[in-house]
Amino acid sequence: MVRPLGFLVGLGFIAALVCAILTTPLKNEPNASHEFHKHPRHLALSSDGLFPHWDKAKLQRGLQVYKEVCSACHSLHLVAFRDIGDLGYTEGQVKSFAKSFQVPSINPDTGEPATRDGLSSDYFPSPYANDVAARAANNNALPPDLSLITKAREGGKDYVYSLLTGFQNPPANLPKELQPATGLHFNPYFANLNLAMAPPLKDGQVTYADGTKSTVNQMASDVSAFLVWTAEPKLVKRVQVGWAAFLFLLIFTGLTYMSYRNIWADKKH
Amino acid sequence: MSFPWAKNYEPQQPLMKWLDEKLPLPRLVYNAIGAGYPVPRNLNYFWNFGVLAGVALVIQIVTGIVLAMHYAANAGVAFNSVEHIMRDVNAGWFIRYAHMNGASMFFIVVYLHIFRGLYYGSYKAPREMVWLLGVVIFLLMMATAFMGYVLPWGQMSFWGAQVITGFFSAIPVVGDPIRVWLLGGFAPDNAALNRFFSLHYLLPFVIAGVIILHIWALHIPGSSNPTGIEVKDEQDTVPFHPYYTAKDGFGVGVFLLIFVALTFFSPNLLGHPDNYIQANPLSTPAHIVPEWYFWPFYAILRAFTFNFLWIDAKLWGVIAMFAAIALLFFLPWLDSSPVKSSNYRPLYRIFFWILMADIVLLAVCGMKPAEQPWVIFSQIGAAYYFAHFLIILPIVSRIERPLPMPNSITEAVLAKHADTSSAATA
Amino acid sequence: MASETDTTAGIEDGVRRRDFINIAAVSFAGVGAAAVVLPLVNQMNPSADVLALSSTEIDISAIQSGQAIKTSWRKQPVFVRNLTPVEIAEAKKVPLGDLRDPQTIDERTKPGKENWLITLGVCTHLGCVPLGAAEGENRGDFGGYFCPCHGSHYDTAARIRKGPAPKNLVVPPYEFNSDTVVTIG
Repeated sequence: MVRPLGFLVGLGFIAALVCAILTTPLKNEPNASHEFHKHPRHLALSSDGLFPHWDKAKLQRGLQVYKEVCSACHSLHLVAFRDIGDLGYTEGQVKSFAKSFQVPSINPDTGEPATRDGLSSDYFPSPYANDVAARAANNNALPPDLSLITKAREGGKDYVYSLLTGFQNPPANLPKELQPATGLHFNPYFANLNLAMAPPLKDGQVTYADGTKSTVNQMASDVSAFLVWTAEPKLVKRVQVGWAAFLFLLIFTGLTYMSYRNIWADKKH
Repeated sequence: MSFPWAKNYEPQQPLMKWLDEKLPLPRLVYNAIGAGYPVPRNLNYFWNFGVLAGVALVIQIVTGIVLAMHYAANAGVAFNSVEHIMRDVNAGWFIRYAHMNGASMFFIVVYLHIFRGLYYGSYKAPREMVWLLGVVIFLLMMATAFMGYVLPWGQMSFWGAQVITGFFSAIPVVGDPIRVWLLGGFAPDNAALNRFFSLHYLLPFVIAGVIILHIWALHIPGSSNPTGIEVKDEQDTVPFHPYYTAKDGFGVGVFLLIFVALTFFSPNLLGHPDNYIQANPLSTPAHIVPEWYFWPFYAILRAFTFNFLWIDAKLWGVIAMFAAIALLFFLPWLDSSPVKSSNYRPLYRIFFWILMADIVLLAVCGMKPAEQPWVIFSQIGAAYYFAHFLIILPIVSRIERPLPMPNSITEAVLAKHADTSSAATA
Repeated sequence: MASETDTTAGIEDGVRRRDFINIAAVSFAGVGAAAVVLPLVNQMNPSADVLALSSTEIDISAIQSGQAIKTSWRKQPVFVRNLTPVEIAEAKKVPLGDLRDPQTIDERTKPGKENWLITLGVCTHLGCVPLGAAEGENRGDFGGYFCPCHGSHYDTAARIRKGPAPKNLVVPPYEFNSDTVVTIG
């Protein structure tokens, strides 16, 4: 009973699929934006690969770029001021860094919303009260939170770096419907090609304390490195622990193999 | 329930004797996975995957219980609570990544376990019940994995929940009410998240229960083996302990090496970037894909694009996707060949490998966006999948002429060793 | 099957080496399991964000003499009391020998600021919040705090005087940043 019924059911599915094959057009809808969309450029960082480490000077520069440029529109709500101790700041430096931010609070006398100086236990404050305010201030585009951005985008840090350095004039052969509308900016690394964010960086925009020349490329690279850290502050530790675990298991597996061979030594199998 | 030559549990110490009289738990373990369980001597490494699946389940339950101590099942804070685990909880990043990649490891191991069963005919009499219970475990695993993926409340979590519960709306008349009932709302939200958390916590223990039945059912005929010939006498078997505990120990070592490499060196390799964006009911990701272990089924779902007969394409897809798994329940009766192992089934073996390639093709199609040529590949792939089980397999099992088989497991083992030794001398 | 029974010469060595490898493999498994248990246990300790809240600043300028406020530190209630000279004198009058947990009021306050009594509002018996910080609450037989759960009475220096509690109310670590601001923790 099972086999004849199964046979019929199978024929039914196959018939439905054959009809589907015959009626599905073999050509994809042409998508012109594919042609102009570029793959992100690779950004090599010390936190890459199997032996990563944090380049603290670079992360500090990246933090400076975030604070002086990006934080005007982008929040970093998963990162607390105390976390930047990882970047090589002393406790006192962390405290005064926190203090340079105003965080939302409540007026203890009136209960009205107010602000106070940041403490190390506070999180980076959002530049906007809420998403509606953020959209209203940005031509209806919502600047995404940057805490996880290098993990939340295909291409990760390469994408962030390419996007920041990729603003350019639209190519001459760009079809009219792909031309940037008012308030949008052409960037071949962005999936839609046109993005609401204006080119955020220009040469010499920040003054690095360590004297590094603040070219657009340098700042984009620094802030991308910083955003790799914000997305996964435990990255370096993770790989280090991983090596310890891996090497331990390598020995363990070797021993279990020898044990297995020994126990089976007198049994053919 | 076992072979007459199985060793009997004889407690030595007075304490164990006392325990054996009051609660014969050590005896149960001894007979289940100890020296009291005779196992064919010729099992190859593909027989490691059952134990490895058990190990994977234990890892998932342990890490999961720990994560539940920190996770908050509330749509407002779920996403941040996962990031809290990743950033602030002591060793939280390790536990979370282990749980996330442990799910993938569990599926890798279970898929290999299933493919082993398909190649060596482990589903055939007298082990049909073992196979049926295995399919139940597989279904429960899929439900558990799906609900677990919703919990971090990222974009893929949300849209995965939306799409999968959307399957039910394909059912005529009652579909929409069922979907609303499942979600406790009109879109995934707090109610859905909380019930998914509750069930995600519950189901692994149900899986553990069905695994006990699976092992119980296995111990009645005893384990199958690569020749597919049943055990005839004591020579054919070795006691599970120490022989297979040692071999499984090695298997666990290799499993953990891969697991550790994945968890520590590339924890997001099998994940999706969109799940690091908090769920947003107003914005769909450009390209929704499920976790890799659902790709073949997702490809089957999307392959049906034609309203065939009086059933529309959407319902065809949903029916086909469920049928793709449900047909496994009928496999022991679809394949009527008395020969179990594909080593002696030249014709079936060819189709088995085509099926493997087909499943890989379907997986790739499931991962890709719904564009050509992937649509047509998924349609051809899905057609072969159903043809394989429902048409080819019953016919092949009738017309095939199996290769000559050895008389016993021992004979097969000795023949293999004679081959290798003569090859070595030659 | 000849080879199976045919154990080779030098059986002693063979068995010992074999045992050693098996024991080593099992020991490694044990060590590995213990190494995994550590993080699984440690995860229950306070997380980084909880530890980060370990200090709290309090403005005490509005507390009049004889009044107290309730605030919180590490999610535990803290009593800040501005003692009157009478209360200080009363606390000083008590002979140390009469106390269950002998401590002078000077040991429980900062020098020069002995009118500021800062204690955790956690009864040392079983952790209830004693009464007496807010206006009009029962301050017990000794004019300090009174724990309603099991009837512990604390005096004006928050020392245990009567009832089941074994210790005085705990004085948390704190510093005066200025005359009006205290950092606890």
